[in-house]
Amino acid sequence: MDTIIQYALIILLLPLAAFVIQIFFGKRLPRHGDWLPTGAMFLGLIFSVLILGTVFKEYDPAFKITHSFDWVSLGQYRISFGILVDNLTAVMLFVVTLVSSLVHLYSIGYLHGDVRYSRYFANLALFSFSMLGLVLVDGFFGIYVFWELVGVCSYFLIGHWFEKDSASDASKKAFLVNRIGDIGMFIGIMIIFAALGTMNFAEVFQGIANGKLAGGWLTAAGILVFCGAIGKSAQFPLHVWLPDAMEGPTPVSALIHAATMVAAGVYMVGRTYVLYTADALLVVAVIGTITAFMAATIALTQMDIKKVLAYSTVSQLGYMIAALGVGGYSAGLFHLMTHAFFKACLFLGSGSVIHAMHQALHHVHDHHTDPQDMRNMGGLRRKLPITFATMAIATCAIAGVPFLSGFFSKDAILAASLEKVLTTHHPLHMIIFVVLVLSAGLTAFYMFRMLYLTFSGPPARKEVFEHAHESPGVMVIPLLVLAFLSIVGGYGKWFEHLMPKPALPNGGIAGLEALEHASAATAHTAHLVAMIVSVGIASLGILFSTSVYFWKRISADAIAGRFPKLYQFFWNKWYFDELYAKTMVAGTMLMSKASAWIDRVIIDGVVNGVARITVLGSWAAGWNDNKIVDGAVNGVANVIDWFGRNLREVQTGKVQAYILMALGAVVLLFVFQLLVNV
Amino acid sequence: MTPVGLSHFLILAAILFALGLIAVITKRNAVTVLMGVELIINAANINFIAFARYLDKDLDGQVFGIFTIIIAAAGAAVALAIVLNIYQQMQSVDLDEADSLAR
Repeated sequence: MDTIIQYALIILLLPLAAFVIQIFFGKRLPRHGDWLPTGAMFLGLIFSVLILGTVFKEYDPAFKITHSFDWVSLGQYRISFGILVDNLTAVMLFVVTLVSSLVHLYSIGYLHGDVRYSRYFANLALFSFSMLGLVLVDGFFGIYVFWELVGVCSYFLIGHWFEKDSASDASKKAFLVNRIGDIGMFIGIMIIFAALGTMNFAEVFQGIANGKLAGGWLTAAGILVFCGAIGKSAQFPLHVWLPDAMEGPTPVSALIHAATMVAAGVYMVGRTYVLYTADALLVVAVIGTITAFMAATIALTQMDIKKVLAYSTVSQLGYMIAALGVGGYSAGLFHLMTHAFFKACLFLGSGSVIHAMHQALHHVHDHHTDPQDMRNMGGLRRKLPITFATMAIATCAIAGVPFLSGFFSKDAILAASLEKVLTTHHPLHMIIFVVLVLSAGLTAFYMFRMLYLTFSGPPARKEVFEHAHESPGVMVIPLLVLAFLSIVGGYGKWFEHLMPKPALPNGGIAGLEALEHASAATAHTAHLVAMIVSVGIASLGILFSTSVYFWKRISADAIAGRFPKLYQFFWNKWYFDELYAKTMVAGTMLMSKASAWIDRVIIDGVVNGVARITVLGSWAAGWNDNKIVDGAVNGVANVIDWFGRNLREVQTGKVQAYILMALGAVVLLFVFQLLVNV
Repeated sequence: MTPVGLSHFLILAAILFALGLIAVITKRNAVTVLMGVELIINAANINFIAFARYLDKDLDGQVFGIFTIIIAAAGAAVALAIVLNIYQQMQSVDLDEADSLAR
């Protein structure tokens, strides 16, 4: 077996081993075993770096190592299970192990003294295992298995504080909403399996290249598989679970709901990219764009620091999906990586702020104020300098400030979108480009708004402010590492070189062959224009945000007051929850009520009727048994008994009586004889 | 007066049988009952001999009568032995009391 495969297996199995030990013996280990999964993840990080090193040494876009075996073999159908390591996997492994190990480290500080400290780390390890499996497997079957595993880990971790109703509700919501997408994904996979008889990526792509699955069915398969990504990556219209998922501990939000699991949808679309026909990709692009814009507008108004970040995550995921949809394969995945760095940094930073606020509020015995509400913060820059610095860097990165990682990736996405516009002249692509640019401006605005509300201005409450302190070292170190990567993560052309747009084995991209590749000149123009537009819109957003929340030249309330309807619309998250409550939830309730009625009245009626008839029948049978059959039997017995009882009187044991009787009998015989003869 | 014929013997035998039967049925003493049995046997003997004398004109009946006397003697011996045993067991020869096989 190849060394790379061995490394990959080690990376995969380390967290699993840590999970097994932790779940069974965690509470008995010193420090409740927090060092065990953390250590396993850091060890995994080392091996990931080794694999990434190999990838960089090879520097080959076609680098690919697979190792698989047949797991299930049913007649002509085979389901194989195996490991696939290529450039994309190597990068994903690095991102997942890095963020996961940093989050493990951070959690030691953040979750200190938690009631379910040990179990938390076990779940975190299980999640890491599932996520690593998701990026390592080489087929739809494996990806679906790990897809569900990360889903269930997300459920566990969102509901970590399940005593809170909101947390247990949120975990259920996340799980159920994801199911809707997963059903689509499952049907899509089944279409592929039915048409091609295999689930292995390479064999599926070969089959598509051979034209065994084409046209409408291929488009349908692509869109249905994408449904899984809609659920997992919180795309419109299934985005509603992600903001609620913020009920989980903040490190969990950073790991699962910002950097890795929600990016799994983007990864999956990237991994199966050649599956998507032009029509399917258009759907992908439109969904991504709607998500990006909608989430950005909601984030403008939110006051909960984690909710802002959650909607920002939804928006950025929409960006990635849109990038993949417009053909910006490398751009989308590049943004996935850089976003993992700066969004994890932002979440961990917000966790640090919440931690400080929580401690401070606890210190002044205030248990009613929400430690996550930005209206209660302000001025924390002086109290949390490192958190502020790292979050500021990450905010600049996400806003697209030049020469930070987010700038490069966002620029690449806008360039890909513009390239598409220039090559196709499709009006829908024009709209997509404009909306994406607009969303970039909104992103810059709301991210700086969050930064200003939290860290600048006068403290909202003096006594709370006085008791806020910088977080401990285990929480600060991950912030510094991620902030560093947010700065340098975007440099170099390696990403585009190592991960060019994938092609089918016959050279084409399903349904895309017809679309001519952009000429070098067009690409250059697109990049230049996109960069200018991107920088322009980002500065506009930052400038506006600064004038509202830092210089306070413009009153936010005044703007909100000018457009009260719009503000309410954004503040209420486009009324999606209400809409779903009115339609889906109410509809389901109605359906279940109808089902209950049918069950209770019709089915129960039939069952009870049958039961009643049976009871009647058995009563009749019982009566027959008791009265007639038993009566006959008892009657015979009674008659015999009566005779016996009476005849026993004759049996006196006195010989003379017997003789007398014999005499009587003889006399009778004589009399009879005489009478007959006469 | 008619000469002595078969019917006279039969009547005598019937009287004797009736007397024996009465003794067997009514007497409580086992020995008396045995005596009654002897009377019955002898009534039968008379019949045998009478029928032999008046109807067959041969000696078959007489031979049967002698057989019967012998068997009756043997029977009486066995019966008396049983009666003695009953007496030893129950200190009584009252037949009403000897109504069970076990003591």
